[in-house]
Amino acid sequence: MTGTEPGGRPRIFLVEDHAVFRAGVRAELGDAVDVVGEADEAAAAVELINERLPDVVLLDVHLPGGGGHAVLGGVLPHHPEVQFLALSVSDAPEDVIDVIRAGARGYITKTISGPELLQAVYRVAAGDAVFSPRLAGFVLDAFAQIGAPAQGLDPELDQLSPREREVLRLIARGYTYKEVGRDLSISAKTVESHVSSVLRKLQLSTRHELTRWATDRRLV
Amino acid sequence: MSLIARGPQRRDHRGIEEAPEPGTRPLTDGGRLTGPSLPAPPPAPAPAPGVEINGNGAANVTRPEGPAPPPWDPPGAVFGRRTANRGQGHWSHSHGQGPRRRGPWSEGDDGHHHHVGRKLRALRRSPDNRVLGGVCGGISRTTGIDAMWVRIGFVLVAVASGVMVLAYPLAWLLIPMEGQTDNIYSRAVGDRRGMRTIAAILVPLLIATQFITSSLHVSFVGFLGWPAFLAVGVVILIWRNADQSEKAFIDNDVMPLLGADTHDGKGRRWLVARIVAGLLIGAGGIALLVEGHTTVAALRPVGGAALVIAASVVIFGPWWLSLLRDLIAERQARALAEERAQMAAHVHDSVLQTLALIQRASDDPQQVVRLARSQERELRAWLFEGRHPGAIGEDASMLAEGIGLLQRQVEADHGIAVQVVMVGDCQLDEALRALLDAAREATVNAAKWSGEDQVSVYAEVEADTVMLYVRDRGHGFDPAAVPEDRRGISQSIRARVARFGGSAVVRSAPGEGAEVQLCMPRRERVK
Repeated sequence: MTGTEPGGRPRIFLVEDHAVFRAGVRAELGDAVDVVGEADEAAAAVELINERLPDVVLLDVHLPGGGGHAVLGGVLPHHPEVQFLALSVSDAPEDVIDVIRAGARGYITKTISGPELLQAVYRVAAGDAVFSPRLAGFVLDAFAQIGAPAQGLDPELDQLSPREREVLRLIARGYTYKEVGRDLSISAKTVESHVSSVLRKLQLSTRHELTRWATDRRLV
Repeated sequence: MSLIARGPQRRDHRGIEEAPEPGTRPLTDGGRLTGPSLPAPPPAPAPAPGVEINGNGAANVTRPEGPAPPPWDPPGAVFGRRTANRGQGHWSHSHGQGPRRRGPWSEGDDGHHHHVGRKLRALRRSPDNRVLGGVCGGISRTTGIDAMWVRIGFVLVAVASGVMVLAYPLAWLLIPMEGQTDNIYSRAVGDRRGMRTIAAILVPLLIATQFITSSLHVSFVGFLGWPAFLAVGVVILIWRNADQSEKAFIDNDVMPLLGADTHDGKGRRWLVARIVAGLLIGAGGIALLVEGHTTVAALRPVGGAALVIAASVVIFGPWWLSLLRDLIAERQARALAEERAQMAAHVHDSVLQTLALIQRASDDPQQVVRLARSQERELRAWLFEGRHPGAIGEDASMLAEGIGLLQRQVEADHGIAVQVVMVGDCQLDEALRALLDAAREATVNAAKWSGEDQVSVYAEVEADTVMLYVRDRGHGFDPAAVPEDRRGISQSIRARVARFGGSAVVRSAPGEGAEVQLCMPRRERVK
């Protein structure tokens, strides 16, 4: 987060194996960001990111050489300040939950519009979480499957609060954070804090059901 | 009433019976035949002159006017002339069949001929005035006694002696239906082919039953087997030879009373099972009553109770019956209305949608052809294969699968991206298919009117409901400004889910996109 230039232009690194798509993202982001590098496979990405330390890495979930998961594992232990935003056409829930659990701050689909992508990048750069409707759906689904908290585990981490569930539901319905806030009569900032708290739960929950849910699930 | 107006009625072979009704009185002008002299149910000389003359010589003998046309010719001619004066066209029409038979009562010296006609008229069961087989209605028509009294008499005699219980079916078998010359009995007796078929099936069955029961040492069952099989054979034979209208009557009016109004095999099987169970229980009850009471005197209280029950049936029976009939009629009317609504919704979703799409794509011939072709396919599938157009749930068994189909279909047909998010999944049932259809309609609506290229669908399966949201970020509109009867939203979406107890809410404001919120209670709940 500290690496943001004074001008407010976040430094972006693109990890994506489709050259056409990389060009498309570059064009959509335009001058609003500073693209400091690109990579089309996991090992090169880890090396370059560790070297250039961007603010935000736009990470394709599916990559040759280990996938997004490998990139996260190769960077975060050394440089936890680097933020990852997963970006994918792949909607396999196990992949999505996997990158989130491995440390990505958000997940968006490639159908996202230019301005929305930019907004998501800014948000992640500021340390917030970014949930696409799909991710919100996955998370709701995953936590619904977990059911009652088991003994000996932190129930705080295994359950969504009713408010968090409401927020996620609205996001899943396609509402923006601003619209969610208006609908629930809370500020956009509060919405963000709810989402971040959900993300924390998702990443810290030790319940193996989460992983099992993700692998069991064959949907969409 | 003019004669011309009456013309078509008389094409019916029962025209004579209808003639004495008030509207026809001008025929007998001159005041010779006035209203009061006519009995309320017209005592027509013959129900079906044409049929009887052609079909059965014996019937002719019973009818006075048949073999004696000449005396009535002059009045007939007078009648004919009058007709000709009033309307040329009618003359030729009525000439062939009308005047001659009309004579005895319309121009003749009233009372006497009425009497003769009434007495000698062949007894026929009435197809219209019937509770069961139309026997009482027929007797009423022949004798002139009100059908209600005939029925009450029948029931009283039945309760008092039990003879009527046998007499009625016999009458049903032996008295032909009006407009027919042969009765069910004679047809059944003459049905050699049916007899052979039934014998070929029942005789081996009977032998097998006898064999099994004798080897099981329950010979009394075997003893009962003979009459039982005979009875079954006779009933089947009678059924085979009953008229189509008879069968239709039993199907439409009697089966629903017995709770077997579903025309599929399941309802029938259930009915048969119920009757068998009822007979067994009844036989068991009688056996219990008889056993342990060596004297018949013990049966007296039972007989008394049965009489009281019978009495209440006699008094309230018709009312119960009419109540039940009303109920059935109402149910049928409701089903019909629902069917109509469903049909309207389907037509709206398929044909009207496609027409709208074709209008929009009028500058793209290929697209028009594609749309027309797919619509034709869909319509054919609906008309000839019974598959509902616009229904997406039919190929899918799970909700997620159905929503996937919805997504692909709308994306293909309307060139809009459908973003689907699902939480949970469940089996599709009828209600959820309706929910899917409504969701599809909402999605198509968004595709057409939002002006956006993306629409979000979010479905969440909860413990006792399924929530479904269709949201676009387009122009939006003011829901209050949309007339209540606008087909799209009210019929296809709201009515569709309402039929299964669901609800639909439209949230929108100009410039803010629109969201349709659908909610459907689940039948099959999660544990």
